[in-house]
Amino acid sequence: MDLNIKLDGAHPLVLKNPVIAASGTFGSGLEFKPFGDLAALGGIAVKGISLKPRPGNSGIRIAETPAGMLNSIGLQNEGCEVFLKQKLPMLPWQRTAVIANIYASSVVEFGELASQFNDIEEVAALEINVSCPNVAEGGAIFGASSKLCAEVTKMVTRNAPKKHIIVKLSPNVADIAEIAKSAEGEGADSIACINTLLGMAIDARTRKPVLGNVVGGLSGPAIKPVALRCVWQVYRAVSIPVIGVGGIITATDVVEFLLAGASAIEVGTANFMRPDACFGIIEKLPEAIAACNAQSASELTGSLILD
Amino acid sequence: MCDIDPKIAHGYKKSMQPTLTELEILGIVPFGPVTKDRAHYALRLSFPGWNGWKPGQFIMLRPPEFGLELIWGRPFSICHLTPRHLICFFRVEGRGTRIISKLQPGNKVLVWGPLGTAFEVCLDTPTLLLAGGMGMAPFVGYVASHPQPWNLSMVFGHRDALACYPIDNISDDIQVDSLRENEPGDLENFIYTMQERISDCASQNGVALACGPLPFLRTVKHLAAQSGCRLQVSVERRMACGVGACLGCVCKTTPRWKFGAALPVQTCLHGPVFWADEIEL
Repeated sequence: MDLNIKLDGAHPLVLKNPVIAASGTFGSGLEFKPFGDLAALGGIAVKGISLKPRPGNSGIRIAETPAGMLNSIGLQNEGCEVFLKQKLPMLPWQRTAVIANIYASSVVEFGELASQFNDIEEVAALEINVSCPNVAEGGAIFGASSKLCAEVTKMVTRNAPKKHIIVKLSPNVADIAEIAKSAEGEGADSIACINTLLGMAIDARTRKPVLGNVVGGLSGPAIKPVALRCVWQVYRAVSIPVIGVGGIITATDVVEFLLAGASAIEVGTANFMRPDACFGIIEKLPEAIAACNAQSASELTGSLILD
Repeated sequence: MCDIDPKIAHGYKKSMQPTLTELEILGIVPFGPVTKDRAHYALRLSFPGWNGWKPGQFIMLRPPEFGLELIWGRPFSICHLTPRHLICFFRVEGRGTRIISKLQPGNKVLVWGPLGTAFEVCLDTPTLLLAGGMGMAPFVGYVASHPQPWNLSMVFGHRDALACYPIDNISDDIQVDSLRENEPGDLENFIYTMQERISDCASQNGVALACGPLPFLRTVKHLAAQSGCRLQVSVERRMACGVGACLGCVCKTTPRWKFGAALPVQTCLHGPVFWADEIEL
């Protein structure tokens, strides 16, 4: 069974299979070494990296919700320098695509951060998190406006011209296809959708929000229908490859996202249900693909039948 | 080979690397009266095939009965491990533990572990165990496997009847003073007793280990600081992955953290057992 994927374009990204471990759910990847061979993964999108270290949010950062969970970790990370010097060398970058997920609080900072990665051979691609707030100008998320998303994409593609750039979109927008087109217009190599949905949990007994940050990002099986819809809409709006993410638990879920238009996918919250989730999905993928009479993962992409 | 900063490598040094296994439930044994509001159980699982573990460590447990509804595994202290079984001790608190309490012998559950850090074992050192309610659980294995149990003693504070806790396993081997909170004044008495014992421990250059609810740990930390007693605490935090990846379970460190100034650390990786002066409670 041919599971190879090529995200084609100006900066082709080749993956041995469509399964990428999603940023924020897989640490640096090393935390999961006891549970499987990291090199078996199509790719690892590491925990979001910022220019400088960030401590993240105070108080409770996670809450379990029906068929999902909320998180407001607050983008805690050790910063770019520590990632490049300490963590990256320990990852099997020659055998799996190491994708550096990055975020910043201003357009300019995105450029500075992206430039740190341009000459780093070990990093196969950059994934731009535009779901973080534009702190420099009011705090609305970059990915909420076509204009801002385009500015960020332009800044990143100019400062990391050698790299495959994935723009990871937020679903908390009125028209995700429009945002996707604006990223494509400024040179994004692929679009990942979706990041988390904005949500909240309340403890009725104490009358308080569960999360220290009050609101957080919803992920898990509960968001799969939204993620599928976004992948489908974005796929029809752009010509660059789409990476589907949101509530994928099983190999059949992967097939559904491929049918909707994804060339590759990311698995996130499922890693908390069992730490070998990604590895299990890859093992079961050939069977799931064969079950729809296909011979390869890539031939399924966008082959949704509409009457 | 690059020289990995010990800050990064530390989290990955354990008694052994954790494994993911499907274990069989051998028994779920109620302790004390089982009511709508209070139900305590010992959970006996088949032997996970581990070649090493240390008291203080924990497991993540997720039954298939959680379906898609309850995403997370639940963390349980390892109460004890024998060549034939793994034992946890739990109280029904929410939806997850309620489902677990209704599982039957023969049911299979996913378990990953052993996870986290262990309690210190100090030879030739008076060691005071401070347990608050369910916090007794990891001390069962600690006492059973300690090379010098004559150096151990315990103060145990609890609200439910003594029969609700696995105390017999411990009181056979070491001196246990248990104090129940029934009426106003009982709590003060308990705190006073701990203060005395911690003070004694400090004067003998001993070490104290504490496990229990957060207000209890905060009190113990304060008392230990007052007496200059070395103290480790086992911290309970809401957990999702249990392996150090999601950063949901972090504790803030103090300037005394072993690696100097640091970002908040994962309770599942750098804890649950911490030296009390290294983290904020």
